[in-house]
Amino acid sequence: MSATLAELRQALNAIEGTGFRRRPALPFGIGAIDDRLAGGGLRLNALHEVVGATPDLADDAAATLFLTGIAARAWGTVLWIVRRRDLFAPGLAQAGLATERVLYAEAADDAEVLALMEEGLRHRGLGAVIGEVKRVGLPATRRLQLAAEGGRTIALMLKRHGRSGVDPLGVPSAAVTRWRIGCAPSAPLAVAGVGRARWHAALVRQRGGESGEWLLEACDATGRCALPARLVDRPAAADGRDSRAAA
Amino acid sequence: MSALAAAVADERANECSVPNTPGWRPGARWARGCADAVEAEIARLPAHQRPPMRELGRRSEAADHPFRALRPDEARGHVPFSLKDQPPAPPRRETMRAANPAPANPPVVTSLREGAKVVVHAACPAARALGLKRGLALTAARAMVPGLIVHPADPAADAAGLRRLAVALARKWSPAVAVGGEDLIFLDLTGVSHLFGGEAAMAARIVAVLGRAGHGARIAVAGTPGAAAALVRHGAPPGEPSFAAPRPRHAGMRQARQSNLADAPDFRIRHPRDDGNPYAPRRARQQEAAAATPDRVLLCPPGEDADWLAPLPAAALRLDSADVEMLRRFGIERIGQLAELPRGPLARRFARALERLDQALGRVAEPLDPVIPRTAIACRQGFLEPIATAEGIAHWLGELVPRLTAELAAAGLGARAIELVAERVDHVPQRLRIGLARASRDPAHILRLIARRIEEVEPGYGIDAMTLHVRRAEPLGPMPFDERLDAEAAPDLAPLIDAIANRIGMARLWRVRAVESDVPERSAAPAPPLAPDAAPPSRLAADDVRRLGDADHIPAWHPEWPRPARLLKRPERLDHVVAELPDRPPARFTWRGVSHRVVRADGPERIHGEWWRRLGEAHAVRDYFRVEDEDGRRYWLYRRGDGMRSVSGDLSWWLHGLFG
Repeated sequence: MSATLAELRQALNAIEGTGFRRRPALPFGIGAIDDRLAGGGLRLNALHEVVGATPDLADDAAATLFLTGIAARAWGTVLWIVRRRDLFAPGLAQAGLATERVLYAEAADDAEVLALMEEGLRHRGLGAVIGEVKRVGLPATRRLQLAAEGGRTIALMLKRHGRSGVDPLGVPSAAVTRWRIGCAPSAPLAVAGVGRARWHAALVRQRGGESGEWLLEACDATGRCALPARLVDRPAAADGRDSRAAA
Repeated sequence: MSALAAAVADERANECSVPNTPGWRPGARWARGCADAVEAEIARLPAHQRPPMRELGRRSEAADHPFRALRPDEARGHVPFSLKDQPPAPPRRETMRAANPAPANPPVVTSLREGAKVVVHAACPAARALGLKRGLALTAARAMVPGLIVHPADPAADAAGLRRLAVALARKWSPAVAVGGEDLIFLDLTGVSHLFGGEAAMAARIVAVLGRAGHGARIAVAGTPGAAAALVRHGAPPGEPSFAAPRPRHAGMRQARQSNLADAPDFRIRHPRDDGNPYAPRRARQQEAAAATPDRVLLCPPGEDADWLAPLPAAALRLDSADVEMLRRFGIERIGQLAELPRGPLARRFARALERLDQALGRVAEPLDPVIPRTAIACRQGFLEPIATAEGIAHWLGELVPRLTAELAAAGLGARAIELVAERVDHVPQRLRIGLARASRDPAHILRLIARRIEEVEPGYGIDAMTLHVRRAEPLGPMPFDERLDAEAAPDLAPLIDAIANRIGMARLWRVRAVESDVPERSAAPAPPLAPDAAPPSRLAADDVRRLGDADHIPAWHPEWPRPARLLKRPERLDHVVAELPDRPPARFTWRGVSHRVVRADGPERIHGEWWRRLGEAHAVRDYFRVEDEDGRRYWLYRRGDGMRSVSGDLSWWLHGLFG
């Protein structure tokens, strides 16, 4: 019934022209990336894959934070299906994902992760479902993609590197976008210390769109990434905040 | 010579307290043993029978200062001078169990605040023997009995315990059992007592059973609840000489009832109309048991209620004190006097008393409100032909679940745990248990949860019958629905949590709640997945000074201090660390065999051990650094110790978390 109501509500909005329309995609708020993405952002009713650039745990943590930022900008409760309990909620909260929004589930193996993800996607009451898997085949991802379609729950999959050294993005998948995130040296500061973290973000493959590669500044307290100041097409001094980085 | 020895022995046998040697003086060394004996004898007396200080005369040792040994809050447990050699208090349970406790038992009372003063709510037999009774001011009681043990009374728990007892009685002894007051239970014996060998035997058995369970009880059997209630409190059979005042033994018992430390109820039992008894031999044995507890059971023969009630005081009619006082002013002290008076003039002023009198004499009905033991909810479906297919099981589940939810709705309950028991032909029951995160009786939801796990049922040669049991239930009233169709309702997560929890178990599904602790491992703790989001509103007044301590606007986690995205379950030791003391970050380190050169670093953030949790952490210090190596990987390291004091740590380096 609620789905019907939502449709009716949308139709009313379109007739009245109030200008408010629920977007089917989640934009990054960064023009360079949103233009490259097919729907102007990450499609909400689709599966997206993220991989750390190397098997190193630091890159794994970077990919984790990238997912955290996306989930933080989505709506509602987030179901995070983990394989081991090493997520640190204060760190996630600093990337914009408040701890009250997260529901954690621990799965015993990859098959269970996929089953729980599908359960969460079919519930339709979640904002995002995140699963950590190691090896997953094409049929399973297609199943998840089908489960995600028709809802507003964004399906995010953190793929881990296996022992064999096979690139997790090399296996076929039905995911709409596939990202590779790696650590990059942080924004330089004028004084000693660690600046805002930066990532090498690569959109490796995208259905209906082109790939791309960017140097991103990590999520701020609201889960938003940014481009480093000198890449933005305006004088760095006008921003003021990143004047040191531009100097 | 032997005659002399005999004389000496004779002399020693009846030795006088004062030896016949010259130089007698009070307090001499030889007199002390004798004094000890006298003191022991005095200590053996109850407190109120001890001779006062002035009769004891001067004592050789100084008494304790009466206030020095008191605890600052109250004087419980310590006695200034006299009761030091009392044995320590036995556990409370034992005190309650003792029907006739030895005088060595220390007196125990419970206290209750009534208005501005604290009074004795109940007293144990030992305390009653010392003259403590209900309603006495606690300060007076403490003055009367030094060393009095006082526990706070809990009337609500007493009432709940009495109700539990009534339910237990209703399961075993009689179908109609009602709670009649704070220490009173009615049992309707109509058509019941012959099953237990007659009224006397049944009453004796109940007293014995309750005695084994630790409750002291009195029982009176009469024709009406009112008469039974009057007799059990004030009753004695007619012909006894002392009706004017209840005999001391009954007075003591009455106090025993009033004193119910936990629950020592009395039982009024309505007289049965049926006295048939097919168990004559057993009855004889049980009458012996009844004879063993003669003053706890009172049997009023049928038709003699009025005679037995007549000499009892008017208060026995369960009147409130104002009515009793009014009757007393009119010179009516006994029930018999009230019954003899013409009713017309009385009716206006004493309507309540007359109603109670009529109830006690059986002229007016007094309905009981029986407790109803809760019965387990289950739905069973037997099959003519055994079923063995998943489709068959699913079909019959579709029949059973709505029946179960209808029963739940009738009982006003929602299920939290449901078990499906499939009885196989070979008598190997197949059990399937599902849990629900929130009480629910939605048939579609429950059916979905069970149907998903049908394949776990092994039908074998076939299933004869299926039963759905409600294993745990909670009260669930009608649920409001959102009447505004244009508002977006918050999605209900309970079905999802049920589905996940029934797949992986509730222990592997959690939320995280913030804990106020700077130690990273302790700063986040798991919470139940359906935890209420908002804290209950504070009941403090708006201007209460304790509101200053409310820290709800201060987050438990500092938003600015860097925290990693992933925290290692246990910190990992780093090797080959090059760092300057006392507070410089490492220049290079080796973790898991890989050497890292640190380019940038932040820190230290010093975190002290929490000595209030573990004494070993009293001096422990961790200095945390956020470091970045030349590839841009960011780690969270710490060093044990502050670099100044060796007690704070051994200066070893550890990796604890990873920033993205």
